[in-house]
Amino acid sequence: MIESILLWIFGIIIAPFLSAVILKVKAFFGGKNGPPIFINYYTLIKLFQKGSVYSKSTTFIFKMGPIISLASALTALMFLPIFGYRPIFSFEGDVIFVLYLFGLGRFFTIAAAMDTASPFEGMGAAREAFFPIICEATMFMIFILFYKLNNHLSLAGYFSSSSPSHLWDMAGTSMVFIIISLFIVLLTENSRVPVDDPATHLELTMIHEVMVLDHSGPDFAFIELGAFIKLFFYSNMVSSLILPFQRDGIVFPHSLILGIVSTLIVYTCVGVMESVVARYKMSKVPKFVLTSFALAFFATVITMEFIK
Amino acid sequence: METQFLEISNGTAISRKEIPNLTFDVFRENAVKLVRNNAKIVQFFGYEDIDNDSYKNSNAIKLLAVLRTNRVHAGRHYTLFAATCDAPSSYPSLTLECEPFHLFEREIAEQFGIVPEGHPWLKMVRYHPNSQGRPDVFGNDYAKDSQGNYYYKDDIPGNYPYYSVEGKEIHEVAVGPVHAGVIEPGHFRFNCIGEKVLHLEIQLGYQHRGVEELIPKAEPKRLPIIIESIAGDTSVANAVSFAQVIESLIHKEYKEQRHKDHKEHRFQPDTGAKKIRTIALELERIANHVGDLGALSGDVAFLPPANYFGRMRGDFLNMTLLICGNRFGKGLVRPGGVRFSIETSLREELMRRINELEIQVANVIELLLITTPSVRDRFEDCGVVSRSDAHELGLVGPAGRACGLSYDARRAFPTEYYPNIDIPENAKSTGDVYARATVRADEIMQSIAIIKNLLQEPIETSIENSCLGFKDNQIDKGNSKLLSDFAPDSFVVTINEAWRGELSHSILTDKNGKIIRYKIKDPSFHNWSGLAMSLRNTEISDFPLNNKSYNLSYCGFDL
Repeated sequence: MIESILLWIFGIIIAPFLSAVILKVKAFFGGKNGPPIFINYYTLIKLFQKGSVYSKSTTFIFKMGPIISLASALTALMFLPIFGYRPIFSFEGDVIFVLYLFGLGRFFTIAAAMDTASPFEGMGAAREAFFPIICEATMFMIFILFYKLNNHLSLAGYFSSSSPSHLWDMAGTSMVFIIISLFIVLLTENSRVPVDDPATHLELTMIHEVMVLDHSGPDFAFIELGAFIKLFFYSNMVSSLILPFQRDGIVFPHSLILGIVSTLIVYTCVGVMESVVARYKMSKVPKFVLTSFALAFFATVITMEFIK
Repeated sequence: METQFLEISNGTAISRKEIPNLTFDVFRENAVKLVRNNAKIVQFFGYEDIDNDSYKNSNAIKLLAVLRTNRVHAGRHYTLFAATCDAPSSYPSLTLECEPFHLFEREIAEQFGIVPEGHPWLKMVRYHPNSQGRPDVFGNDYAKDSQGNYYYKDDIPGNYPYYSVEGKEIHEVAVGPVHAGVIEPGHFRFNCIGEKVLHLEIQLGYQHRGVEELIPKAEPKRLPIIIESIAGDTSVANAVSFAQVIESLIHKEYKEQRHKDHKEHRFQPDTGAKKIRTIALELERIANHVGDLGALSGDVAFLPPANYFGRMRGDFLNMTLLICGNRFGKGLVRPGGVRFSIETSLREELMRRINELEIQVANVIELLLITTPSVRDRFEDCGVVSRSDAHELGLVGPAGRACGLSYDARRAFPTEYYPNIDIPENAKSTGDVYARATVRADEIMQSIAIIKNLLQEPIETSIENSCLGFKDNQIDKGNSKLLSDFAPDSFVVTINEAWRGELSHSILTDKNGKIIRYKIKDPSFHNWSGLAMSLRNTEISDFPLNNKSYNLSYCGFDL
């Protein structure tokens, strides 16, 4: 238990660092040095030292948005087997709970955005509400497959210790589909290129960033930290599938190092993706996200036939 | 084509008496006929005819139109026509017959309080009181404070309701005038249905500084500085246009009567100066196009070209810096010539740099426009303006060429060293962001070739005593001609291809050689409506991309 809590704290602490890896990869492709690797910590410290400015037209909902979105991300992380170790909490069906924890966070972010009555933020909120619906379908399709494979309905059941390698043994190459599909969900849920552009200053094209334009100071730090943790959460799911860390015979500290390395690979892939692909037209984004559902669906169909 | 307009030449002074002064009805009929026959409006503005005897009756406003034909006339491809008329206090709008007049008529209404009756969209342009003290055409209330300065009771656009669309699922997005980047102010109002834009209304005027009013009042020695500040990214083109205006005002036959020694002074710049001006113009073009291609790339979140182009823009600006000490070419071009020469060592250095950059630019253009399918997917079919729309809106420059209007002032009205250079036709047919990007990419490579050609041979120019002097200024080294010695009663119009398109300056002097009116028409004056057109039925999230593909000037429009 102590081990799990320590790992949870460790996860929160390194999440901003890992996000900076993406910036470094992008800078490398762009022929630049990029920001310092600890930039996100500097940003968070800076934001926490500031005061917040609130528009007179907003209500308490606006102040709740950042707190709830951070709280939901922190809680969700408690259910995640970080680097394959036992999570703090786990119960059968927690995958659905975690999925809707993120949903709760998103709901309050959207509500806070609508609370400002800014047309930009309303537009961003509409987009933010739309795309994750498709992601949800994908996630459920993946969980259906996993449930069929090992009869668990919990993150711990899928991603802890030797479970990922067990999933690979059962599903075989259709696992590649699942990884790609999860990666697309990661890009969408975390507002990365080609779905959204976290680096842009153009309000009209933003999805996630535009919704938090009015937040400032510690509130904005909560949102940023929540976003780092959410990205860490999804990256961890993908990484535990690409390099199943805890096979028999690999023990601490090797499994931890392996876990960090595989997570770094996922972050690097995000950075490479952002460097070599332009952002999609807004109307084409649903098609892109739907691809993840199709992949998960076909993986399920193929595997079902296989294990019958 | 029969017309009562007078055929004139680009950059040549004529006496104001030579311009036919028609009655309004004849003027209107002829102007409409010419424009219907594919002529385009270069200038259409009002001015105070202060030499007129009836001036005191405040009835001496004249309208002056300069049109350019678009087809073969008298054996030449492009010609200019000009005529004036006494402005009535109100008249039946020309826009009713011919769309291209629309913004010009609004401008005249705002500047002189002359009402174009039946104008379909009579909206203020820059939000300022008219110069005649007449009641505001748009019903705006401009009050004077205790110092006698105007202050504005309302914000722009004053007494004007924006277009609005009603219905379910309709929403309105207002952007600006303060934007999230370090850019100029402008207000954009989108009427949307979902993500789709039904209509975009662009509101400018936030940068109105009163340049045109300032020029006749300013001391002559300040003029070049004012002109270079009209639009910072077009300072070379503006300076060249101004220099041509002044040079033609000073050297012509009008001078002969007053100064018999006129042959001793060259008011036409020498060939070397012309070459240097051409190089500066092309460097300005390259730097801006390169910067915009980079920005386009950044807008679709494709960062490598954005970074590379951003750096190369600086490299090109630094070449201008090397020539004259200013990255935007300020202080390089002056009436009479240029203030900096290109010596052999500098020429070789520029050649070395441009050879190095040519390969890099070509590579990144290929990366952006050819080898990355996701970028093409964003650029193609985005913000399409049809050829006929472009024609009616009178789009110029790369924006027009992207729609198939091949007009390029460098070919049609060559000035400086352009008569000796072959400029290819760059017209594309699709009218989308991709076309606008490829036109610019092509022009970059052509401009590089032009500069390389010009740098091949030694450029000989004498910077000593070539520029016109300023009164009461140390720069004037006993040079006999002064910047304020303008020919009396004259009219000049110049046309140059700035990087955004056709830039036109025009001047009118009174019987003492004082400036009555200095009119500047930035290419953005035509092209802003093209941007609004591009956005029709386009996704609102593609607005920044379209905006960058035009990258129009706010201050050039607002003046």
